[in-house]
Amino acid sequence: MNLPVLILLPLLTAVVILLMRNATQVKWAALAGAAAQFVLAFALLFAFRSERAAGNEAQMLFELQYNWFPAWHISFHLGVDGISVAMILLTSFVVIAGVLVSWNVEKMTKEFYFLLILLSLGAYGFFMSLDLFILFFFLEIAVIPKYLLIGIWGSGKKEYAANKLALMLMGGSALVLVGLLGTYFGSPTKTFDLMTLSQLNIPASVQHICFPLLFVGFGVFTALFPFHTWVPDGHSSAPTAGSMFLAGISMKLGGYGCLRVATYIMPDGAKEYANIIIVLSAIAILYGAFATMMQKDLKYINAYSSVSHCGFVLLGIGMLTKTAMTGAVMQMVSHGLMTALFFAVIGMIYERTHTRQVNEMGGLLKVMPFITTVLFIVGLCSLGLPGLSGFVAEMTIFMGSWQNTDAFHRIATIAACMSIVVTAVYILRAVGQTAMGPLKAGYENLTDATWNEKAAAIILIAGIVAIGIAPFWLNDLVSPATEIIMKKLAAVTAGM
Amino acid sequence: MLNEFLILMKSELVLCCIIFLLLFIKVGTDMTNERMLPLVQVLLLVNVVASFIFNQEGTLFGGLFTTNLLMAFQKSILSIGIYLISLLFADWLKKSEHMPEFFMLMLSAVLGMFFMISSGSLLMFFLALELSTIPVAAMANFDLEKKLSSEAAMKMILSSAFSSGILLFGISLIYGATGTINFAEIPALLDGSPLQILAFVFLFTAFAFKLSIVPFHLWTADVYEGSPVAVTSFLSVISKGSIAFILLTTLYKVFAPMQEIWYNMVMLLSVITMIFGNLFALRQQNIKRFLAFSSIAQVGFILVGLSSNSSQGTASVVYFILIYIFSNLAAFGVAGAISQQTGKERIDDLKGLYQTNPFISWVLALALFSLAGIPPTAGFFGKLFLITAGASKGNYFFITVAALNLIVSLYYYLRIIRAVFMDKNDQPIEKIILLPSVKLGMLICGAGIILTGLLSWVYDYITSLTM
Repeated sequence: MNLPVLILLPLLTAVVILLMRNATQVKWAALAGAAAQFVLAFALLFAFRSERAAGNEAQMLFELQYNWFPAWHISFHLGVDGISVAMILLTSFVVIAGVLVSWNVEKMTKEFYFLLILLSLGAYGFFMSLDLFILFFFLEIAVIPKYLLIGIWGSGKKEYAANKLALMLMGGSALVLVGLLGTYFGSPTKTFDLMTLSQLNIPASVQHICFPLLFVGFGVFTALFPFHTWVPDGHSSAPTAGSMFLAGISMKLGGYGCLRVATYIMPDGAKEYANIIIVLSAIAILYGAFATMMQKDLKYINAYSSVSHCGFVLLGIGMLTKTAMTGAVMQMVSHGLMTALFFAVIGMIYERTHTRQVNEMGGLLKVMPFITTVLFIVGLCSLGLPGLSGFVAEMTIFMGSWQNTDAFHRIATIAACMSIVVTAVYILRAVGQTAMGPLKAGYENLTDATWNEKAAAIILIAGIVAIGIAPFWLNDLVSPATEIIMKKLAAVTAGM
Repeated sequence: MLNEFLILMKSELVLCCIIFLLLFIKVGTDMTNERMLPLVQVLLLVNVVASFIFNQEGTLFGGLFTTNLLMAFQKSILSIGIYLISLLFADWLKKSEHMPEFFMLMLSAVLGMFFMISSGSLLMFFLALELSTIPVAAMANFDLEKKLSSEAAMKMILSSAFSSGILLFGISLIYGATGTINFAEIPALLDGSPLQILAFVFLFTAFAFKLSIVPFHLWTADVYEGSPVAVTSFLSVISKGSIAFILLTTLYKVFAPMQEIWYNMVMLLSVITMIFGNLFALRQQNIKRFLAFSSIAQVGFILVGLSSNSSQGTASVVYFILIYIFSNLAAFGVAGAISQQTGKERIDDLKGLYQTNPFISWVLALALFSLAGIPPTAGFFGKLFLITAGASKGNYFFITVAALNLIVSLYYYLRIIRAVFMDKNDQPIEKIILLPSVKLGMLICGAGIILTGLLSWVYDYITSLTM
C-alpha cells in the first residue's frame, strides 16, 4: 500500500473540482473523489490486516521516508499503525457522508467542495505523519478551510464563530509549535522524527515543560476544558458538512496528537501531569453534559455533548492504562461517526423545518420516518445503548479507568460515569420532543430523506453498528499500538 | 584584472548599462510608455537571469568591494523583486508621465543596495546606503499632483537624513575606537568597551530607522500611505530586504565578538516590534497603512531569525525575504490594481470583492495566508524556520512571544479575508481589468508563494550558500 496516494487523491480531487464548469459536475467529481477515498481507506485496512496476519510485527507499516529540509532534520516520513488506520477509516466515512449531505449547497458550490476536500487532505496527512514537522504542517492546513467554511456558508453569528475558531485553533497550534521546538532542541539528538524521538530518552526536565505545551495545544482542538469555548459556537454556526468535519475529524486531530505525540514521546511528562488531565477531562465531561441539558437548539445540544464525549477521550488517555487508551481511540472513532451522523440529521431536519429549536418541533416521525429513525439511532448511540458504538467505547474506557485502584481515579471514574445519566436525560428529551407528540402545524407537507441523505446516513450507521456489534476488530486493530505506548510508560515507572 | 572586475561586478555593471540605456532612450528618442515598458520588462528579466550565472567569490579595490555566492543570491532576490514590480504595476507605469525616470531612480537605488550588500568597509557602505536612499525619496514624490505624496517624500528625506547622521556618528565612533573602517579588520579589534557599545548602538539605530523597527518606525505609515503603491511596495519589500541582508553581514561578521551584547538588544527590539506592529495593524482602515504596519511586524519576525548567530540564522533570513518578496508584492499588486482603477484604498471597499473579481481575490488570499504563515504557503516555512533559528538559543520566552504574535497577526489578516469573501456589499468593486503583464506578475508571485515552500531545494540551496 502506497501511503502518499491517500494525500495525492484528495489533492487531485481538489484540482479536478477547480476545473469543473458547473455545480453538477463539481458535485459528482467530489463524490467520486470521496468514494475513491473510501475505497482506498478500506484497501489500507485490508492491506494492513493481511500484513499483520502474515506476521509483520513492525511498529509502523508501509513506511516511507525521504529528506525534505535536511538542514533542520525534517523528513517526509509517513507510516501507519492500528490507531492511524482506524482514524483514516473514520475520516473517509465522514468525508463521503459530508459530501453526500451537502448535495443542496447552491452558494459557491465549487469553492465549498474544494475546501471540504482540502480539509480531508489535511486530516489524512496528519494521521499518517511520523515526522513532527509535517504533522504540524497538516494540522495547520486544516484550520483555514474550516474558517472559510463557517464564515461563508455558515448561519447565525458565523463571522464571530469563524474568527473565534480560527484564533483558538491557531493558539493551540502556537502552543504545539513551542512544544515541538522545545522537544527539538531539548532532545539529545536534534530531530523531528517521531520514531527516533520515541527511542530517545528526552530529559525529564524538557518533558515537564514540553508535555503540557503539546498536550494543551492539541487539547484545544479536542475541546479540553477550559479551551472548549470554540466548540459550541463553531459547530452551531457551521454548515452541516462543516459541523460534521469539525466534530467528526477535526476534534480527533487533537485527541490523536495528545496520544501519539505528547503521551508517546514524553511518558515522564504524561505521568507527571496525568492527574491534572483527569481532573480537567472529568470537568469537561460533567460540565458538557449539564450544559447540554440547558440547550434548546439541536446543534448546540450536539456541540455541548461533543465537549462531554471528547472529554472521555482525554480521560482515557489520562488514565494511563492500556484498556483505557484503547477505549480512548475507540471513543474517537465512535464519536466521530456518531456526531457526524447527528449533525447530518440535524441538517436534514433544519432544511425542512427551517428551525433547530427543539420546542418548535414535534411529531416529525409522522412525516419523515426515515430521518427521525436515524435521529433515534444516533441518540441511542450517544447515550450508550449496547449494540451501538458509543457503549463499546465508553465501557472500555470505564473498565480501563477502574484498573487504577486508588481513590482519586475511582472518584474521577465515578464522576464521569454519572454523566451517562445526564446524557440519557437530554438525549431522550430532545429526541422525544422532536419526533413524538402531535405534529406541529405547518409541517404536514414535509418530505422524507432524499437518496443522497439516505446514503450518507446508512454509511455512517453501518460504521456505528459494525463497531457496536463486533467491537473486537477495532480493538484488535488498536490495542497492539496502544500496548507500545504503554510499554514506554511502564519503562518510565520501572526506571524511577 | 579587467576580467575579474567584469565578472565580480557583473550585477552592478548590468544595472548601470540598463540605467544608461534608459537615459539615452529618454533623451534621444520619443518612444511612448506603451512601447517602452515591455522593453524595460525584458531588460529586467535579463537582469534576473544574469544575476544567477557566472557568480564568483572575490574582492576588488583593496577590500572595498567583496562578493560571494550568498551575496550574489541576495542580489538575485532583489532583482526578482524589481522585475515583479515592473510587471505588477504596469498599469500605473504606463499612465505615468515620467516612466523612464521612475525606472532610472529605482534602478539607481537598487544599484546602491547592490554595492551596500557587497561593501567591505564602512565608507563604501555609507556611500551605497545614501545612493539607495535618495532616489527613493524622489520616487515617493511621484504622484506630483497629490499633496500626500510630497508630504511622504519630505518625511522620507528628513528621516533618512537624520538616520544617516546617526550612522555617520556611529561610524566615526567605531573609527575612533578601533582605528579602522574595514569590515575584515574590525572584529579583531572589538573588546566590548563602552565606546564600542555606544558606536554599535548608533550604527544599529540607523539600521533600525531604515528597517522601521519600533521605536524608530514613526515615519513608515505616513510615507507608505502617501507614496504611489509601486513605490510603497518597493520601500517595504526591496528596501527592507536589502537592509536585512546587510544587517546579517554587520551582526554576524563585523560585530560577531560582541554577540552577547547585541543578542539582547535584537531580542528586545524584536519583541517590541512584533507586538507594536501587530497592535497598530489591528486598527488600520487603509490598505497601504495596514500593509505598512504588518510589514513592521514582519520585520520583528526577521529579527527573531537574525538573533541566532549561525548559518541557519542567515539561511532562514534570506529564505524568508525571498518568500516575503513574493507574498508582499502580490498583496501590493492587488492593492495597486484596485487603487489604480477605482481609486479605492480602504479595507471596507474590499467587501464583496470575491463576487466580482475571483482571480485577484485568490491572489490576495494566498498572499495574506503566506504573510500570516499558514501552510501550504511558503510563508509557513519561512516563519517556522525563523522561529526555529531563534529558538536555537533556548530562549523559550522569546519564541513564545513570537508564536503568540502569529495569532494576533492572523486575526488582522483574516479581517481582510473576511471582507473579501464573507461580507456582503451592495456595490462591490466592479470587475477589474488586468493587463497581461499584471496577470503574469501575479501568477509568478502565486507560484513563488506555493513552490518556494514545498520545494525544499530552494532552502537547501540557500543553506549550502551559507556554509
